[in-house]
Formats: sequence, structure tokens, C-alpha cells
Amino acid sequence: MVKIKFQNVRKVYNGTDVVDNLNLEVATGKFTVLIGPSGCGKTTTLKMVNRLVDPSAGEIFIEGKNISDLNPVDLRRRIGYVIQQIGLFPNMTIAQNIEVVPRLLHWPKQKRLDRTAELLSMVGMDPQQFMNRYPSELSGGQQQRIGVLRALAVEPPILLMDEPFGALDPITRESLQDEIKKLQMKLGVTVLFVTHDMDEAIKLADMIVLMREGQVEQAASPEKLLSDPVSDFVQEFIGKKHLPTNYDVESVWEIMNPNAVTIAKTKGINESIALMNKRNVDSLIIVDENRKLEGIVSVEEIRAAGRQESRIRRIGDLGIRQVPTINIHSQARDAFDLIVNENPRFIVAVDDEDIVYGIVTKTSLVKALAGVVWGDETDV
Amino acid sequence: MDELISKTLSHLFISLGGVSISAVVGITLGVLLTRISFLSAFVIGFSEILQTVPSLAMLAILMMFFGLGNPTAMMAIFLYSLLPVVRNTYTAMRGVDSSLLEAGKGMGMSRWQLLFLVEIPNAFPVILSGIRVSLITAYGIVTIAVLVGGGGLGGYIYRGTQTVNIGMILKGAIPICLMAVGTDFLLNKVEKKTSIEKRGK
Repeated sequence: MVKIKFQNVRKVYNGTDVVDNLNLEVATGKFTVLIGPSGCGKTTTLKMVNRLVDPSAGEIFIEGKNISDLNPVDLRRRIGYVIQQIGLFPNMTIAQNIEVVPRLLHWPKQKRLDRTAELLSMVGMDPQQFMNRYPSELSGGQQQRIGVLRALAVEPPILLMDEPFGALDPITRESLQDEIKKLQMKLGVTVLFVTHDMDEAIKLADMIVLMREGQVEQAASPEKLLSDPVSDFVQEFIGKKHLPTNYDVESVWEIMNPNAVTIAKTKGINESIALMNKRNVDSLIIVDENRKLEGIVSVEEIRAAGRQESRIRRIGDLGIRQVPTINIHSQARDAFDLIVNENPRFIVAVDDEDIVYGIVTKTSLVKALAGVVWGDETDV
Repeated sequence: MDELISKTLSHLFISLGGVSISAVVGITLGVLLTRISFLSAFVIGFSEILQTVPSLAMLAILMMFFGLGNPTAMMAIFLYSLLPVVRNTYTAMRGVDSSLLEAGKGMGMSRWQLLFLVEIPNAFPVILSGIRVSLITAYGIVTIAVLVGGGGLGGYIYRGTQTVNIGMILKGAIPICLMAVGTDFLLNKVEKKTSIEKRGK
């Protein structure tokens, strides 16, 4: 399905074609990345979608509707927009920043409040702790997290991102990339994302659109782009380090099950049991407020604690058991080895700072294997 | 004592009155100038010229139009306050971070919403400092306004100088000083509270 369609679009600034006869289709629910050298027209292309820039010629359709027929203000409220400079309003609290668009759309107060709390918890930020702070009190990474949440506040079907992570340090950038990819898959939002960083494009994109001098040089999946560049320009832009040799190796990130059932260590025993019942699991991964791994607890241990009639109320106070972990950037083969040799029920996939991203089970290994043997159907 | 209080109040009233008018007119004008920028040099230049007119001359000229009394004093204060207010408003509005404007516009704010939700709140501390300067200058000008029949504490000072009575002069001067110091303190506090850097820290 096509969400956004560019048809013979041109944009002329001072007699130069910044965008020159662009034809492009952006698929619904996919992560599309516009990439290219500076001045290739990628940002202009992005800004034409929410009419911050109007094309000199040609048409742009969103779900079949020509956007030049739509009121730009209404259009923009239905499209999330994240910029590199973040642009949080310093005179507003975090909650007020997130609630800008809901307020423009006259949402009732309680609905706004609930949504803000929901969004903050979605990226692992405690609503109580952050809602009433001001942007200047947050780190750059936290600010841009809020920038993303603000753009997602009214669940827009489309999210435009203009080099959103370009000004962040590499470690923060990495973790925000992981988060945005997770959010995008979870919410099914159509993302159009501008970057000049090929690593970022490969990591995030379902489709990469490589632009050159206002035109599409090649639009393809990352795999296809890497294995089958259409021109020397593409080849050169991809650079040597992305050549297909070391590409086939799958990482733990790709094979893990991202739906790990986690619980904050401050939660009560009853809540834990309720969560187990609801998600139909027999163990929970205990994390702290930053989703950092603390250990695991199984249903037997909870029962034992209950029988003792002890004073233990918080799950974190139970004797926490250690659990095998693996770094999400490790190779999938390491996960195989660990599971085969030590035979744990599951391995927790964490990053360098022990933040939990998912679990690897025998089932995920089998799925990954099936993908290799019968083609890429692992995500079905 | 009653006379002192009533004169102090009328001094305050004339100053606040004149500055309030210039705040309303000046902020509006300052905002307008950011939209029609080719007029800015002209308007700011004109209010700069107004500022250079000696206050005694200004009062004399205004007296010809408004007659004797408080309206003339208020008018003079209005004209003198215009420059700091207009210039600060204009500069502050122009200084609002362009990424905030892009974010606001990109999220679907109309022009008015952008003005009232983003531009003015972020320019406010600087606008306020213009008003503070105006108000403190106004206390001084009202003192001279006694010559065109204005009320206020200037009366004591004038009488004091005529009769070489230091006590009488101080009776007028001390409340004016206190007013100026108090205003400065108070508005400085508000400014700090609304300024972004200090906020929440």
C-alpha cells in the first residue's frame, strides 16, 4: 500500500532545481530513509510532505489525496515532525511539550494526561519524575526522546524525521535508533526519515532512497542496495565498510524476541502474578526504572515467598536469580552456542549497559534457522 | 502624612499609567515590526529621536496639546517609554530560536498560535526588562511634571528648592528612590522567574 506518493515533483530555489522531477512512493507502515550527500534535496523532499515547503511543480498525494487541496495547518497536525535541533519549547514543561498537538486538537485534560503518561512509560521514562520538569533539565538524548514522543502524541499515521539523531553522541544515538525502530514497528506508523549516515540508514530502513542532485538514484531495501548498487555513485556512497562480505552474519538483535515480559523491581508480588497470568509466562525479567537488568524470578519462587508469609512486598526484594545474558550486538551464533551448551530456558538480550531489549529462546533460534532455510519469513 | 501618601500614590499612578499605555502600544508595535520588517528601522529611529528630546521641552510641547495636568505627564511618559519597549520587544521576538518556530509550525500551529504559544512567551523576559527600564525612568520624569501642573512627589522637591529647604526636598526624593529600588527588585525577580535558563534549576 502506498502512503505518500510524489509525482513529477520539482522544487526550484533561485533558478536551481533542488528537487528535479522526483517520483517516489512511500509504503504504508514502513520505515523509509532518504539519504544522500548534502544539497541532494532530501530535506526539501521531506518538508514538502507537511507543506513546510510547497513544490514548484508536480503533485504529492497522501493516501490518494492531493495535499495541495488540504489546509496546511490541519495536515501538519496529523503528521508527526521531529527535527535535528529538537525544538522543545523551553517555556513549557515536558508534559506541556508533549501535549502541544493534543491541545491544538482540543483533547480533554484527562485524555491528554493519560496519553502523556503512556508515552513516557513507553520509552522507559517515569511520568511522575519527568512530567513537570523543563527541557533544560534533561540531557540531549532525553530531550530528543521527548521530541519523538511529542510527534507521536496524537498517533499520527505518518512521522517525518529530519536528521533527528544527528546532534547526539554515538552511544545515545544508537539507543535512540533502537527505540525509534521498536516504536515504529509497535505502532505501525509510516516513517520518512532523513539522514546522511549510511549506518543509520541500514540499521533502520525497510527501504533506502538514495538521492543525488534532486533525483532518486536508487530506491531499494538495504540488502538490495548493498548487494546490487545500480551505479558507481551508489557504490561509492555506501562505502567500503558496507560491502556485502561481512553482511550475512546475523546479530542477536535480529533473531531475538523483542516481547520480553519485564517488571519493575519496585512492583508488588500480586502485580507480578497478575502479569504472569496475563502474558501467560512462568518467569519475569526484573528491571530497574531504566530497563536495566536485575535478574529473573519464576512462579515457584513467588509461591515459596507467599507460603513463608514473609514481609516481602516488592518483587525486587525476593532473592533475585542471575540469568544468562547476551549482548544484542553479538553474533547469533554465540546465542546458539550458549543455548546448546548450557541449556537455559532463555537468554536475556541486553546492550552494553545491561538494558533489556528482548529474549532469545530455542523458539527464536528455530525461527531464525527456518528463515535461512526457507527464506525470510521469520517475522511472520 | 496623608498628603505624603496621596502624593506618593499619584506619583505611582501617573508613572504606571504612562508605562502601561506604552507597554500595550509598544509590544503591539514591536510584534508588528517583526512581521513588516522594512518599517522597523523607521519606527525604531523615530522613537529614538523622541528619546533625545529633553524632558522639560517635551512637557512644554505636550502642554500645548493636552493643557495642564496629569494627562500631559502621562503622555510624556508614554512617549519616553516607547523606545525601550518597542526595541526590546522587536529584538526579543527576532531572537527566538528559529528551531522553535519550525517545530511549532511543523506541528500545526496557526500563525496566531505560534505568536502566543511560542514567540511571546519566549521573548517575555526581555520584553519585561524593557518595561522595567521604562518604569524607573518614568519616576524621574513625573518629578518634573509638577511644572505642567502634574501631581506627584515633584511638588515637594520644587517647593523645597524654592525655599532652600533640604527636609522638604528629601520628603519628595526619598519615596521616589524607594519606589525605583522596589520596582527594580520586584521586576527583576519576575524576569528571573520567567527566563528560560534559570527555570526549574
